[in-house]
Amino acid sequence: METVFGIAVDGVAYGMILFIISVGLSVTLGLMRVVNLAHGAFAMAAGYVASYAAQDMGLPYGLALVAAVLLTVAATLPLEKLLYRRIYGSANELAQVLLTIGLTFVIVATINYLFGPTLKRVPLPEMLTGTLNLGPKSIPIHRAFVIGMGAVTILALWWLLERTSFGIRLRAAVDDPAMAAALGIRTERLYMATFALGTGLAAMGGVLGAELLPLEPYYAIRYIVLFLAVVAVGGAGSIFGSAMAALTLGVIDTAGKYLIPNFGEFFFYAALILILFRWPHGFFQGRSA
Amino acid sequence: MSGTLRSTLLGAVFTIALGTGAAWAGTIKVGVVAPFSGPFATVGKTFKEAIEVYQAQHGKTVGGDTVEFIYKDLDQANPAQSKALAQELIVKEKVGYLAGFFFTPDALAVAPLIDEANIPCVIFNAATSAITEKSPRYVRTSFTLWQNTVPLAQYVAKQGVTKVATAVSDYGPGIDGETAFKKTFEGEGGRVVDSIRMPLKSTDFAPFMQRIKDSGAQAIYAFLPAGPTTLAFAKAFNDTGLKAKGVKFYGPGDITQEPDLPALGDAADGIVTTFNYSQVHDSDLNRAFVAKHKELFGSTDTVTFTSVGAYDGTHVIYKMIEATGGKSDGLKAVDAVKGMTWESPRGPLKIDPESRHVTQTIYLRVTEPKNGKLQNTEIAAFPNQPDYGFKAGK
Repeated sequence: METVFGIAVDGVAYGMILFIISVGLSVTLGLMRVVNLAHGAFAMAAGYVASYAAQDMGLPYGLALVAAVLLTVAATLPLEKLLYRRIYGSANELAQVLLTIGLTFVIVATINYLFGPTLKRVPLPEMLTGTLNLGPKSIPIHRAFVIGMGAVTILALWWLLERTSFGIRLRAAVDDPAMAAALGIRTERLYMATFALGTGLAAMGGVLGAELLPLEPYYAIRYIVLFLAVVAVGGAGSIFGSAMAALTLGVIDTAGKYLIPNFGEFFFYAALILILFRWPHGFFQGRSA
Repeated sequence: MSGTLRSTLLGAVFTIALGTGAAWAGTIKVGVVAPFSGPFATVGKTFKEAIEVYQAQHGKTVGGDTVEFIYKDLDQANPAQSKALAQELIVKEKVGYLAGFFFTPDALAVAPLIDEANIPCVIFNAATSAITEKSPRYVRTSFTLWQNTVPLAQYVAKQGVTKVATAVSDYGPGIDGETAFKKTFEGEGGRVVDSIRMPLKSTDFAPFMQRIKDSGAQAIYAFLPAGPTTLAFAKAFNDTGLKAKGVKFYGPGDITQEPDLPALGDAADGIVTTFNYSQVHDSDLNRAFVAKHKELFGSTDTVTFTSVGAYDGTHVIYKMIEATGGKSDGLKAVDAVKGMTWESPRGPLKIDPESRHVTQTIYLRVTEPKNGKLQNTEIAAFPNQPDYGFKAGK
């Protein structure tokens, strides 16, 4: 019983971190049809900024988080204007892959040069350390916080894309850019805003998840497979799909570690294969939000 | 006209070839294969820095010959690439000695090459016991998991701990560590209540911690290769309340290596490890070593176990060159250092004639804050520890 409870709690916490980072990738892939392999690099860069702000400049955790998200978005917007804008749409996937993987290598090398190859951490405030007792199992407060932030992210994104005029315009621009432009929607600005949203989510996930996915320069390459797996299982562009996928994979991976640790990541990939066999386009294919 | 031009050109080419040839005479080349880029770039950096510290202290010449180090980058464990680089060093660069090697598979891959070319290979790190059995030309100046773990297991048993859970990364050294701990600890009357082999790529360690909790262990023995995962592991140990519950944390020193300590922070506080080197080891030689390093590179942040592995390895190579009078003869060079003893920044060392691995003092350390910085304070020493994993030990 305790094991089942443990799998549930740890699996959900792990899944939520996967969700927060991956959903940004899912948004850019689903809405702008761009395979952004540099997504993990953005998450990592934000983590480093937060680590620097908190450790070297002594900013409080909350401020470091906000600063990291804003700085990362500000730093990547010129990239959107100069590079990404040329590869929107699904016609030139090879160009997308080459550009974004190249960008990843550049970011990895830059981070390695600036901060060195050793580990960095984002120190947690007093409030988020320690454990929370939930009956038979106590969970670290940080994990509970991450679960909460994940839930808030799901709701906020749903509201933003389904209930605001920004969401309506965006979906219109995605479905038929020419018609949307003819109706007076400024598609370029919309895409830029969406790109910023995706990057911002990556940044937030990178900082919040720094305890579970430790910050080192190869983070960008090491974990991108996990994020892509979540998007593949969830279905590109679907928020609830990403959430479901992240939680499913998180719980399955955790269960494998609890019960048969020496099978390694077997269960994670086995689940991935089985799910994609049954739902080749992910849980929520075809929905644009 | 064209004939004159051709002979002039040819003459020039020969002169240059002879000239450079003359410059090479009296230079002995040592090829170092190690990670200088990629996730383990720090290791290559520590090797190179330690070699430079050694050369700054002892000069760049041995008996009139200049010793030149040639570095080849092997960014991650890749035996095929390791072999190719070693071959290039031997054939193209004409090195007389091979050195370096962070990962076990990379070190193993060059065995046939060094035997064929009769070149000695001094291993600065790769810590699986079985390596030196594969060629008589291997000499190792680092440590093995067995060497560190046997005295640790004996110490843990003496602390009155009877139930221990082991948690190791699922690959060669991890399994060496697990076997060594289990064998020694159970020999002392303790019991290993759970043995967990964790995937090398794990990032979430909470599930393993829950298993350790469920096993009722009073202490854990953990080995993970130095680097990113140790942080998440140590954090999970604290966060899941194992530390608060009074469970003790033991392991080889990889888990608290100096370059990672600032990131580990409070999570590392109180971890008890055994290892062959701590940056704060109390000896004049070590103080001189660390001071020279600081003088040359401006900081001591990266001085760690791989530094002394390379520093002492360089010493062994110098002694080999001395013994063979500059001519490269693998077996003769290795024979010359068998049984050699010397004082190193980490303490007294001896090359065991049979295993060609260093017999050394293993220190018991506790990680604690001092002067606002975490350090590995040595609290006890176990002198003359051999590689228990060499043949008979298994």
